[in-house]
Amino acid sequence: MSEVVQWSAADAAARVAAGEISSPELFEAYRERAAADELNAFAWVAESAPEGGRGDTPLGGVPLAVKDLFCTEGVPSQAGSRILEGYRPPYTASVVSRLAEAGAPLLGKTNQDEFAMGSSNENCAFGPVLNPWERSRVPGGSSGGSAAAVAAGLAPWALGTDTGGSIRQPAALCGIVGLKPTYGAVSRYGMIAFASSLDQAGPLTRDVTDAALLLRHMVGERDPMDSTSLRFPEPIELPTATRLGGIRLGVPEELSGEGIESTVLEAFEATLRVAEGLGATVSACRLPHAPHALSAYYVLAPAEASSNLARFDGVRYGLRSGGDAGLIDMYTRTRHDGFGAEVKRRVMLGTYALSSGYYDAFYGRAQRVRTKISEDFAAAFADFDFIVTPTSPTVAFELGAKTSDPLAMYLNDFCTVPMSLAGIPAISVPNGLGRPDGAPEGPGLPIGFQIAGPAFSESRILDCAHALQQAIGFDGSPARA
Amino acid sequence: MTDYEPVIGLEIHVQLSTRTKMFCGCELSFGEPPNTRTCPVCLGLPGSLPVVNARAIHFGLMIGLALESELAPRSIFHRKNYFYPDLPKGYQISQYDEPLCLGGRLADVRIHRVHLEEDAAKLIHVGGGGRIQGSDRSVVDFNRGGTPLVEIVTEPDVHSAEQAGEWLRLLRTTLRELGVSDVDMSQGSLRCDANVSIRPVGSTELGTKTELKNMNSFKFLEQGVRAEIERQTRLLEAGEAVEQETLAFDPASGAITSLRSKEEAHDYRYFPEPDLVPIAISAEMLSAAAAALPELPATRAQRYEDELGLTAETAEAVAFRGELAAYFEAALDTDGSDGAPPQALAQWVSAELAPRLGEAAPQDSQVTPAAFAALVALVARREVNVGSARAVLERLLAEGGDPTEIVAAEGLTTGDVAAELGPIVTAAIEANADAAEKVRSGKLGAIGPIVGHVMRETGGRADGGDVRRLVLEQLGL
Repeated sequence: MSEVVQWSAADAAARVAAGEISSPELFEAYRERAAADELNAFAWVAESAPEGGRGDTPLGGVPLAVKDLFCTEGVPSQAGSRILEGYRPPYTASVVSRLAEAGAPLLGKTNQDEFAMGSSNENCAFGPVLNPWERSRVPGGSSGGSAAAVAAGLAPWALGTDTGGSIRQPAALCGIVGLKPTYGAVSRYGMIAFASSLDQAGPLTRDVTDAALLLRHMVGERDPMDSTSLRFPEPIELPTATRLGGIRLGVPEELSGEGIESTVLEAFEATLRVAEGLGATVSACRLPHAPHALSAYYVLAPAEASSNLARFDGVRYGLRSGGDAGLIDMYTRTRHDGFGAEVKRRVMLGTYALSSGYYDAFYGRAQRVRTKISEDFAAAFADFDFIVTPTSPTVAFELGAKTSDPLAMYLNDFCTVPMSLAGIPAISVPNGLGRPDGAPEGPGLPIGFQIAGPAFSESRILDCAHALQQAIGFDGSPARA
Repeated sequence: MTDYEPVIGLEIHVQLSTRTKMFCGCELSFGEPPNTRTCPVCLGLPGSLPVVNARAIHFGLMIGLALESELAPRSIFHRKNYFYPDLPKGYQISQYDEPLCLGGRLADVRIHRVHLEEDAAKLIHVGGGGRIQGSDRSVVDFNRGGTPLVEIVTEPDVHSAEQAGEWLRLLRTTLRELGVSDVDMSQGSLRCDANVSIRPVGSTELGTKTELKNMNSFKFLEQGVRAEIERQTRLLEAGEAVEQETLAFDPASGAITSLRSKEEAHDYRYFPEPDLVPIAISAEMLSAAAAALPELPATRAQRYEDELGLTAETAEAVAFRGELAAYFEAALDTDGSDGAPPQALAQWVSAELAPRLGEAAPQDSQVTPAAFAALVALVARREVNVGSARAVLERLLAEGGDPTEIVAAEGLTTGDVAAELGPIVTAAIEANADAAEKVRSGKLGAIGPIVGHVMRETGGRADGGDVRRLVLEQLGL
């Protein structure tokens, strides 16, 4: 059944519908591949196909890999953390239920940076995930397991979450498509929270059509269990565009120059020329506050995280250490033993930022920057249909290259964080291969191209991405894996 | 020695009697087995999210209207962060600088703010005297966790322990009549903390305040506040300073102990709750809350004064207790009230009936409003004197019945004895010659023994006014 990996998820669903393959056969073919995972992409793999073939469903029973931080009833949901090792929730996240209903059964849970804090998947209590393109390199993060699984053909498609770039950046580094939807479009109920005002679930897929197909069944009516969820105004269309006539692309000078690897910039420029060839106009635009986005993000996200992670106290679930020596000792030891270094760093940063006397200087100011960034985008969208940037400033880097330098690691999110703060949708599509600056000769590594649009413009973004994908002809086939 | 004036502000927590919890669909718990009214949300399981209970907002708006507060068109929830095992998320969802209601007034006390929040779970300490320190282990019952709470904070307008108790009773009646809470202090559905400071009389500066936590009865509130005022007074008189701290009052020993000092105070790291959207109050929500408001005790008291001519004191005594007010109005509406003026009826309800019933409602007694009204009418028409009427009331309370029939059967009317009064008064004057002489010489206050003599002779049935008039007449005055 090795030919299954040649099919996109949409292809596979069509073949199930046509009776070429049954959905249990499809599930088993992928289950075997996932079980033989050598990339540490999976934290857990289903032992068998779910009861009842769901071939008559819109998603045809095409199995889905799900990032570990989505709660799945009776199935380990550990968010990459020691503190939740072995934790099996009593309920399932709304979006996972919705997709299972639509015919995408749970194939397995994928590894991630602990509580989605990281850009390399090295902050995972269960070991780093390896990049299928070059196993000495990181897959990006925090949805690195989902990205690596799709890129390596261990899963037809996957669910990730994006807080500051955690879908788009690993998609770029693994040569696949990753979409962060409009904030509120996808229910967060059952997603173990990192930063509530930024977290958003989205698809990681082999191509743009798959992303549209999966997203179509993630959005819709608002979820009554998530107060911040929103009804999506219209159904997601499957993309058909092959031309970009009349489309105005804005290139923010703040996010397309300094600090970006030359191979990434070359691919970016080449893609802009492809877009022009398809009829788009490309011009420079301004996002004056975008350079401050990363600073604001690293106040707001840790502040929310410091509060969101307070519930991991050893009282009700997960790890408990030092329970015999009194309450404070139990709290201290549980959190000392259960959280990794990056999580502790952000909890401390966030606690400090919210402290009495510092709130206005940090949290208050960061919120004002966030508002300014939203206003920048709103102004830019008056003149442009989409804002385009490189997704990640670099291609996949070596394991361990940035683990001792948190600031260098944080710079991975430079181009993706502004969209997160503004709550707008953005996609990363593969747009070429390249070697990092100064690296020895070798096979190319994937590069990603980011397209961002106004809130609820997902169908149009997908169309634009589809046209570019057709024209670029990037071969991300996992057959090499 | 300096005289000190206490300055007291109250913080009241009220559990709302909604069907479900503040942020999830679990039904509220009334003594169910532990941890049977829980779900991922109120257990704070990873990934769960809160959703605001619309009914709790409705109740909050009703309370705001009843307290004459300004209702915020937009208010937001904040997270109050601290670690404790009864707080499953590690933060309480509360309101901070943009609460549901601002300002207001109930009777003589101004309201500072009213906001919505969620209750904590219940900790049970096994062994070691039931306190966390020294207990063998502590277990948590999450049934109560997430129960909707309204916190009402007053301005420091209370100046004595008694006033604190009285005002809290009025608040309890108001909330009970709104139908928004069981307001039972012994069950914790009404809880009160007091911020207490004292200052020299005449001073306008506030002294250092202490916070006295969780007094779970009206009696303990008054005892606790009184004890804290005395403690602060002793400190200041000894030339020492009051420390800002959080205190607990132990009603058994009367002792006040420190829970935490100012230095140990938490930094709650409040920030806007990102899992909830702001509460925007629509015109529909406002009109629904206004339509749900019954007549409130303070309004009722004013109406009794304005329309029925009651004195302020009597009006409040009846109006501030809902069951008394209802009984009073029922009695006023009966035919038996013919001849009983509202003031007399209200006074008999508050000063005679209510004290004999204690906490019980008059509606549950043997005395029907009609019988009660008839009794007061007899007194008002001076057909029965007050002493006899009290005896009849006791009998009505014990076995019910018709007061007119009881009075007739027992020969208690003043009319029965009026004819015989002349000779009895003559005999009484003779028996109290000294007193009679004093009265003749203008000391009217000396009439007591003569009247008392007549009342004894008539078995207490005579009308006191009649007797007094006859005595003066026979003495030539």
